[in-house]
Amino acid sequence: MRKLDEALLPPALALAIALVVGDLLILSFGQSPGAVFAMLLEGTWGNAYGLGQTLYKATTLIATGLAVAIPLRAGLFNIGAESQLAAGGFAAALMGLAIPASLPWPVAAALCTVAAVVGGGLVGAIPGALKARFGASEVIVTIMLNFIVLALLNWIVASHLHVPESLHTPEIHSGGVPRFADFSAVFRGSAANVTLVGAIGVAIGAWWFLFRTRAGYELRAAGLQAEAARTGGVRLPRVWLVTMTLGGALAGLGGVNYVLGYKHYYEEGFGSGAGFLGIAVALVGRNHPVGVIFAALLFATLSQGGLAVNAVVPKQMMDVLQAVVILAVAVCVPEVRRVLQDAARRAVMRGTAAS
Amino acid sequence: MNRLLAVIGALLAVHVALLFVRPGGALAEPAVKSVRVGIVFDVGGRGDKSFNDGAYEGGERAMRELGAEVTFIEPGDGTDREAGLRLLAAEGVDLVLGIGFIFTDDIATLAREYPNTRFGGIDYALSTDAAGNVVPPPPNVTALKFREEEGSFLVGALAVLVGRSKTVGFVGGMDSPLIRKFEAGYTAGVKHVCPECTVVAQYAGVTPVAFRNPGRGKELALSQYQSGIDVIFHASGSTGLGVFEAARAQHKLAIGVDADQFNEAPGFVLTSMVKGVDAAVYDAIKRVRDHTFQGGVSAFGLAENGVGYVYDANNRALIPDAVRARVEAIRAGIVAGRIKVPGK
Repeated sequence: MRKLDEALLPPALALAIALVVGDLLILSFGQSPGAVFAMLLEGTWGNAYGLGQTLYKATTLIATGLAVAIPLRAGLFNIGAESQLAAGGFAAALMGLAIPASLPWPVAAALCTVAAVVGGGLVGAIPGALKARFGASEVIVTIMLNFIVLALLNWIVASHLHVPESLHTPEIHSGGVPRFADFSAVFRGSAANVTLVGAIGVAIGAWWFLFRTRAGYELRAAGLQAEAARTGGVRLPRVWLVTMTLGGALAGLGGVNYVLGYKHYYEEGFGSGAGFLGIAVALVGRNHPVGVIFAALLFATLSQGGLAVNAVVPKQMMDVLQAVVILAVAVCVPEVRRVLQDAARRAVMRGTAAS
Repeated sequence: MNRLLAVIGALLAVHVALLFVRPGGALAEPAVKSVRVGIVFDVGGRGDKSFNDGAYEGGERAMRELGAEVTFIEPGDGTDREAGLRLLAAEGVDLVLGIGFIFTDDIATLAREYPNTRFGGIDYALSTDAAGNVVPPPPNVTALKFREEEGSFLVGALAVLVGRSKTVGFVGGMDSPLIRKFEAGYTAGVKHVCPECTVVAQYAGVTPVAFRNPGRGKELALSQYQSGIDVIFHASGSTGLGVFEAARAQHKLAIGVDADQFNEAPGFVLTSMVKGVDAAVYDAIKRVRDHTFQGGVSAFGLAENGVGYVYDANNRALIPDAVRARVEAIRAGIVAGRIKVPGK
């Protein structure tokens, strides 16, 4: 019970704070909070198209959120989800261009997905290997790799692969996955596609891996107390390498959402910020795969909602609100824990006094 | 535990109370407007002091002068480009504008889905089919393109007439057909007034990063200035900031692009080749209002005041009257069709 309180109360408190701050921000622009929040809800969860867009954005965020959350469980801070996501999308598009158009889409989609996992995983493996071999800080390496990988991909696309007068590759020959709109016309126009189901499946798989397998146990042990884990027989360098590779592969999977589900090509800057937002998703989701799903939905709602209310309040307001959520969670987590611990201690003391 | 729940409850109560606050003037029902327009900027575009801000000005002017109702949308990420256009189209506005060639695919897709809505794309990229013919945009789309080569022609002539050297410089951003157009017009302008003069043209790179590399811009400009060139025209986004820095350091002249860039290096900016995105946006809105909107390609050149060069109190001292008269004569020649300007 206490564990659940500790997990749920901080986000609830943070959300309540963010709502009030949001009200004040909206008032500062001379608008009515009631009307703007109504617009926001109507544009996100209020109609099928808005819902589809929200789910589409959440799909990428689940992937990048997990890409940050799982390494964090091992005590590794992966700031490279941005470039791992791009590398995954790029690899998927390359595979889609290499295969013949006659290949049935499920086979093609599977091949492209494998390519995305390998692409993202490779970029994640570099900081993992450098840390395992030389003890190089994964924070520095992942930040720097963002620049290197994104510049490299931009160069390849701009000088060899782009369609004239555009910043994207040609369309993949096969492997596009069905959109929700293919099943139900109400989703018409929205980019939501079946990769959402895959992302949720991956999150559940991540939960199983973390809490039900030996490797997951070793990973968490390395994060909780590295020296103790080492003494207990955990080979830390191996855990680092595997975890960072896994993180990169998860971020890379996010690229499938765009390339196979939406545009069917790799476009420069398609992720624009989704990798970095993954850090916030992991934080708000408390590094728990299920928490990541809900946090991804929250940030996707803010992003799509920001667009829906953009005509009356500037985009920066939603950016501020997003930052408020992150700050509030960062503050509320230790604060809630302290309050709960105090309460528990008092309860114990009352118990001893009574006996 | 209970205290925490109380805090959450209190915050939610405050939130609910605030929901009912209605400041004066909030979301007032707009009066019936002559025309309803939506403009979608590129991600992070507002505040560029050039392209996107130009579109904003055009929209503002249409509100003031035409009584148009203009909704501005600033996307948060790449997906929002299409979503923003769609939001406006679904709302039933009369004209939806996307600012920048990156909107091309999204506009083409939506124009087919919403055949009764009119769309416009600034710098809309026209594709060519296998036979090399230009594929026209969908019938409800107007491709707002600029004849950058004409404005570049004038500043080319100006550069060589003002400079004391037989060689003038050009610094491009990303080596691409669009920027080659600037170079072609510039070179033709130079040759028009001085057939034996030459242009040294250099590009900062082959990727879009080349538009954001002031260090490289400064490097290229310094080497050109040191070789004896005394005027450089840049068409390179913020890479050009490095060109201005070099001009200041070497006390030479630079020519700005897209917007009036005098303030980047006062006294060392000969002029700027301006691209009238504001005029194009205003014009498109006006045509919808006047029911004269037509799909297809609208090209804005010197004749339409879509491109031009800056001549005002700031740079008058740098341009002798005789030079000004000569350049104006060339402008008239281009507008009348007597002078042909190559586009590549």
